[in-house]
Amino acid sequence: MPFGVAFGVACSEAGLSVWQASGFSLFVFAGSAQFAAVEIVGDGGSVAAAVAAGLLLNVRSLAFGVVMASSLPEPRWKRALWSQLMIDESTAIGSAQDEVRWRRYGYLWGGLGIFVSWNLSTLVGSAGLSSAGDVVTDWGLDATIPAAFLALLWPRLSDPAQRRSAVLGAVVALALVPVAPPGVPIVAAALGVVAGWRRAAPPTADEGQPAPAGRLE
Amino acid sequence: MTATVVLIGLALGTYALKSAVPLLVGGRELPEVLQRMANLLPAALLAALVVVSAVADDAKLVLDERVVGLGAAAVALACRAPFVVAVVVAAAATAAARLL
Repeated sequence: MPFGVAFGVACSEAGLSVWQASGFSLFVFAGSAQFAAVEIVGDGGSVAAAVAAGLLLNVRSLAFGVVMASSLPEPRWKRALWSQLMIDESTAIGSAQDEVRWRRYGYLWGGLGIFVSWNLSTLVGSAGLSSAGDVVTDWGLDATIPAAFLALLWPRLSDPAQRRSAVLGAVVALALVPVAPPGVPIVAAALGVVAGWRRAAPPTADEGQPAPAGRLE
Repeated sequence: MTATVVLIGLALGTYALKSAVPLLVGGRELPEVLQRMANLLPAALLAALVVVSAVADDAKLVLDERVVGLGAAAVALACRAPFVVAVVVAAAATAAARLL
């Protein structure tokens, strides 16, 4: 799973140990939020900025919960355990089925499959590169990070409201880089939603639904 | 150390967001404000992460070879290249630009 490897590489570039990298993939298990938080840590940002940026990216987990809640098993402890798998892909796979039994099955096995491959690939990425500065710049590895974020953003740009949010978010962040501590420009980019809010398209059937399956976002 | 604290904070907060609806409120719809936020926030933050990781160097904005890599990645994505291809193309283009 290439995105997991890219996350592992980003962790070693940011100076995280293999244990820390694996801790993120095991206990956070939300791709783009992990990536954002580690990037901010690597830039010397504060704990608050790194956590806030990650959580803002994960507000959408609430929407996945709405889609899947009626399909998760009882009792409560099982629902608690299964909730850790609440990501874009497991929700997309589960919600594509009609019967509760199959929704459950798709969510669980889709989620577990990604959990395993995501964690193995994180390990490969973070153990494989002992961050030597020259290697990073000679091979252009520093450019893989903006490219990875761009790849995550790309499918969202086809929606006009999200596109406007993206543009305003980028502008706000760039304007703040020279004056704000590291990480703060990313958190402040949340203001970008204002641009998508106004004249937002009327709610469609798939609003609040997960992005199409394909990779851990 | 910072990374470990971030890890713990983000893990707890993320789990709270993942489990809130299944454990606390059942399958009820979210308020529209939250639905819109959930839809728009990732685009705003991901775009900020793209530009900041491409042109920020501490508190300065610098245009260097990373931008060449980012442009190459954009072209690859526009051609419907998968994630891994876009990332490798970005690295290769940046490395090549540095050799010139």
